[in-house]
Amino acid sequence: MGDLTRLTAAETAAAVASGETSAVEVARAHLDRIAAVDDRVHAFLHVDADGALAAAAAVDDARAAGRALSPLAGVPLALKDVLTQTGVPTTCGSRILEGWRPPYDATVTARLKAAGVVILGKTNMDEFAMGSSTEHSAYGPTHNPWDLDRIPGGSGGGSAAAVAAFEAPLAIGTDTGGSIRQPAAVTGTVGVKPTYGGVSRYGLVALASSLDQAGPCSRTVLDAALLHAVIGGHDPMDSTSLDVPVPDVVAAARRADVRGLRIGVVRELGGEGYQAGVRQRFDEAVELLTGLGAEVVEVSAPHFPYALAAYYLILPSECSSNLAKFDGVRFGLRVGEDVGDPSIEQVMGRTRAAGFGAEATRRIMLGTYALSAGYYDAYYGQAQKVRTLIQRDFAAAFEQADVLISPTAPTTAFRLGEKLDDPLAMYLNDVATIPANLAGTPGMSLPVGLAPEDGLPVGMQIMAPAMADDRLYNVGAALEAALLDTWGRPILEGAPAL
Amino acid sequence: MADTPAISRDDVAHLARLARIDLPEDSLDHYAEQLGVILGAVAQVSEVAADDVPATSHPMPLVNVFRADVVRPSLTNAEALSGAPSVEDERFRVPRILDEE
Repeated sequence: MGDLTRLTAAETAAAVASGETSAVEVARAHLDRIAAVDDRVHAFLHVDADGALAAAAAVDDARAAGRALSPLAGVPLALKDVLTQTGVPTTCGSRILEGWRPPYDATVTARLKAAGVVILGKTNMDEFAMGSSTEHSAYGPTHNPWDLDRIPGGSGGGSAAAVAAFEAPLAIGTDTGGSIRQPAAVTGTVGVKPTYGGVSRYGLVALASSLDQAGPCSRTVLDAALLHAVIGGHDPMDSTSLDVPVPDVVAAARRADVRGLRIGVVRELGGEGYQAGVRQRFDEAVELLTGLGAEVVEVSAPHFPYALAAYYLILPSECSSNLAKFDGVRFGLRVGEDVGDPSIEQVMGRTRAAGFGAEATRRIMLGTYALSAGYYDAYYGQAQKVRTLIQRDFAAAFEQADVLISPTAPTTAFRLGEKLDDPLAMYLNDVATIPANLAGTPGMSLPVGLAPEDGLPVGMQIMAPAMADDRLYNVGAALEAALLDTWGRPILEGAPAL
Repeated sequence: MADTPAISRDDVAHLARLARIDLPEDSLDHYAEQLGVILGAVAQVSEVAADDVPATSHPMPLVNVFRADVVRPSLTNAEALSGAPSVEDERFRVPRILDEE
């Protein structure tokens, strides 16, 4: 076969199942690719070559023994370093967890292993998933494969960059305010945030428990659907897991038919503040959807402009509570125990000062402030009311349209360092993706072209009602096929060679 | 528009104490400035009149999800202690928790 790293996940699984190649050969090809390019991309924090080759060999043995293979058996995957996996470190991009080896697998990890997916390693991320650029990783930033001087998005920049750089056909990300979708947009890849509760959070180190959701990253819509089907579904280990069947996302990705579908362009997510080339490629994609037989309407979500403000009160509040467990007692770093005769509180203070980076520190203090007596009602309480209004906006919009669309991010990938010390400018990257997290509804980003002014990828976001994740895949696959016809090749084939 | 309280250096020191983060003295002013800017921006939630709107704390209306009260396998003692910075007698060892009299 040709270059195994260029295959889609679906093609790889088929080639392994037919015996055209072996899972071990596929794993080796990707480990070689990682060895060749990751010193420049830095998508991975840890590469588990032995574990990957052993998992691949087990798939080959199963096939040789005549056992039925699952639809993604033998396909390599990169796992965001916020999900636990036994035998390898989980750091969440933080010094405070440096070297920690969790004693259990996340449910997502366990399901991947059970499906014969070959986990290559753990990917880089903003510390505890706080950021839009991976620059808040304690282990150095990931670089965008399209331009190594630019950010790959965040917080799941490592997962998106690994997929874009052909280091893995699949990755797992987590999305609290856009951390799967925005990296997908700026790297020319596909990323999906499932309905809240659609994928188990057991073993996902929590940032904001009412917002966090794990989901698939890939180069094609069908590949994302295949991965979604493997990781989705009820889990008794997560009390917020939905006890309902996962929509048939794979069938939807194969259907790819938008005729008669009502697609709503969200008036408040676009226009001013969005880069010209982003708007242009978005508008062209809207025309393509119309040409495919969809009925495109404009819808209004009047409270969306307040989503960012509500999010940056709700998230820090939940984060300040969740991150309290990193106290130097049960796992991870402990600092300053032998200086003087310190109390446990002094050791906690020293440990957390040494272990948390600037963004984690900012958000913990912001959350502590928002939850303090005297400020609680004006900040956290009011933000929760705005959350209700956002949900109502979605409900009203879905009366008029089957799915909603917008640009995924206001701009293409910006330069490393550009917004690092300006938190507010950084937060604005998530202005279009945050509403879905607040409402618990699913969203997808897929590439719709390169911005003419800088030649960098532009993403379109598709949003659906809760538990209607299949609509994302139907619309995404239809648009993807039409774009492929227009371009003549997948968008990533146009990325510069690494 | 709610009046946005400026965040002072002392406020930051107080928040850091509450959050158990032993911030260096020379970082307090910078955090004060940044937190002030962020709070100024997020204060716009108060622009939305929402007196009669219920608060949403969670996207899905789930309440009281219980499992059956039966013993089942869980981490062993050794597994639970495997990542601890300090262990003694099969327990987490911590610095002194009481102030000296």
